[in-house]
Amino acid sequence: MIRLPLVLTFAAVLFSTGVYGVLARRNAVLVLMSIELMLNAVNINLVAFSQHLQQVTGQVFALFVIAVAAAEVGIGLAIVILIYRNRETINVDEVNLLKW
Amino acid sequence: MVAAILLQGEEAAEHVAAVPNWFVEHTWLVVLLPLISAALTLFLGKRTPGRGSVYGIAAVGVSFVLSLGVLWQFVQHGGATYESGVAWFQIGSLHVGAGQLVDGLTAVMLIVVTAVSLSVHIYSIGYMHGDQRFTWFYVVLSLFTAAMLNVVIANDLFQLLLGWEIMGVCSYLLIGHWWEEHVNSSSGIKAFLTTRVGDVPFMFGIFVLVAATGFETSNIREIGEVVAGGELSIGIVSIAALLLFGGAIGKSAQFPLHVWLPDAMAGPTPVSALIHAATMVAAGVYLVGRLFEIFVHAEPYVLQVVGVVGGITMLGAGLLGLVQDDIKRVLAYSTVSQLGYMVAIMSIGPIGRDAAFFHLFTHAFFKALLFLGSGSVIHATHTNNMSEMGGLRRPMPVTFWTFLIGAAALAGIPPLAGFWSKDELLVGASEGHEVLFVVMVLTAIVTAFYTTRMVIQTFFGAYRGRGHPHESPVSMTGPLLALAGATVFAGWLGAGPVGAAFFDWVFFEEPEAVELVPWVAALSIGIALLGVAAGYAVYRRWQERDPIRSLGPVYTLLENKYYLDDIYWKGIIRPIRDPLAAAVYWSNQKVLDGAVNGAAGLTKVSAKVVHAFDRNVIDGAVNGAGNLAGFTGGLLRYIQSGNVQRYAAFLFTGVVVLAIVFTRI
Repeated sequence: MIRLPLVLTFAAVLFSTGVYGVLARRNAVLVLMSIELMLNAVNINLVAFSQHLQQVTGQVFALFVIAVAAAEVGIGLAIVILIYRNRETINVDEVNLLKW
Repeated sequence: MVAAILLQGEEAAEHVAAVPNWFVEHTWLVVLLPLISAALTLFLGKRTPGRGSVYGIAAVGVSFVLSLGVLWQFVQHGGATYESGVAWFQIGSLHVGAGQLVDGLTAVMLIVVTAVSLSVHIYSIGYMHGDQRFTWFYVVLSLFTAAMLNVVIANDLFQLLLGWEIMGVCSYLLIGHWWEEHVNSSSGIKAFLTTRVGDVPFMFGIFVLVAATGFETSNIREIGEVVAGGELSIGIVSIAALLLFGGAIGKSAQFPLHVWLPDAMAGPTPVSALIHAATMVAAGVYLVGRLFEIFVHAEPYVLQVVGVVGGITMLGAGLLGLVQDDIKRVLAYSTVSQLGYMVAIMSIGPIGRDAAFFHLFTHAFFKALLFLGSGSVIHATHTNNMSEMGGLRRPMPVTFWTFLIGAAALAGIPPLAGFWSKDELLVGASEGHEVLFVVMVLTAIVTAFYTTRMVIQTFFGAYRGRGHPHESPVSMTGPLLALAGATVFAGWLGAGPVGAAFFDWVFFEEPEAVELVPWVAALSIGIALLGVAAGYAVYRRWQERDPIRSLGPVYTLLENKYYLDDIYWKGIIRPIRDPLAAAVYWSNQKVLDGAVNGAAGLTKVSAKVVHAFDRNVIDGAVNGAGNLAGFTGGLLRYIQSGNVQRYAAFLFTGVVVLAIVFTRI
């Protein structure tokens, strides 16, 4: 039986790593992967609380998140590919046409 | 009608109950009808066949019939004074009324006014034919008639004043009827302003009387009773009488305010006949007669003033009549002179008043006749100057004969009206008023002389004018014939030999035994014939140079009207008018223009202030808000960098902040 705080701490670290990746990486693919990290950190939390509270809701919710995340990554990668085709780069810093 | 009072002796009272009194009770209809006709003519006249003359003629005609009814019933009642009225307005304790006071004076004056007015209304159809303001002429004619009748029946001083002033306005309007010529309009102004000089004392006379009664009443009869009762101090009564006489001097063209009447001849001739011969100028005499109680109970010098003014007027104006070439001006001075007779004779007391009114009565007819006759002549010859007339008796027989009757009456030839009334005047003056008597005799000679001159120059000899004069239409000769009839017969009403019906009608209180004094009558006839003979001798043959010119300096004096107009002009009008004009000009330029310009300037300054406030403060606030939003927006837009990761950084920062905030809670 893994203790809850340990799991939460792990999830928090994972989430923070994801946040860092989202904010710091220039490569769009890596940004998408960091988002996956954050989503999975949340999933870990959901599952941990589900186990802790002895309720299945959290696990169900985690399954939904996985499904949504799959769709999100699918669309995200498609966008990245299109950007690459148009601009020959996937550096997010350079994709800044929508601004003042 | 809130109050109806019958005042009479006891035997009259029995009389009254038996006889119906409809006409006397409805005397006010006589006034109302011409007033209605004035309004109808004004609003409907131009659309009516006859261009509005029908209303006036019908109304005044009915008024004339009603007046006859009033006189008839008045005589039936044995001369009972009838008074009724309504409250008009109230000032403090003073209740001013309006109503009708029907006594002998009223009854006779009603006949005079309506008869002459009717003649003039009919006559004007012909005389004013084709005039561009024909309808308006009839409006004012009817309005004038109503005003004069209102003066006649007024039972209250303020009601009398109302009619008095409306008459003045109508006179002004009618003298200036042909205002396109400047001389006509300035004559109207002169007439109006000169009579106004008299009207101001008249108004103050009313105030003095009303104030003397303690602001209790302005009713003529009540004031008369108060004065007769000796309740007022004789000094105040004298002052009031003199002030009232001022009004009579102005309206009746007495010396020294007679100067307006000859100039008033600028108006159409029917107007001269109605207003400036028969009625309005008689209003001054009527006023003195109506308020005679006040004059009788004043100090004796008041009546002496009346006598002196009348005496100067009668002889002075008569002499002026000698030198005029304008036929209407001869008649105008003659009118002034005859009015002088009436005024002067009243100075001898009640007998004189009776005689004065008898003369007023007859004079109204024969002077209206003469004026209408002269109008007929002017209509035919298109000139007023007798030097351009002559020989008109052949082409204009009706005008000639009627004019001759009027002229003979004026000269005092028996048995015409003028003889009888002038005889009464002389009889009155012969009893202890020697100076007046002499002046009257002299004036009578002068009158006969200039009358003869006028008739000879107009109707005899050869025609000296242009064109071919012809007789006037029936609408003009008809009134001439009617008035000639009145001139022949009116005198008999007061004549000694056939019984003095006139005096019975007018003054029942004190029936004067009017006798024909033989030597006075003989003298009267003698002086009239003397004047006529002298006139005939001098003017028998037409001379290019008027024989009257041989009088030399006297002629010059008369020709210049005793220099009175010049004295008024240089002595009064100019010294007052010029500084006044300068002062008015100055105040206009400086004060009024200053005020106007100042107001404009102030408006401009305040407009500028408001403009600046609008621009800066209000627009500033609005634009400032806009600018602020734009400026801050400009600052904030740089947040929209297009950098997705920066957006994400903000997002997480926000989440962290929210987390901290909610955790605290």
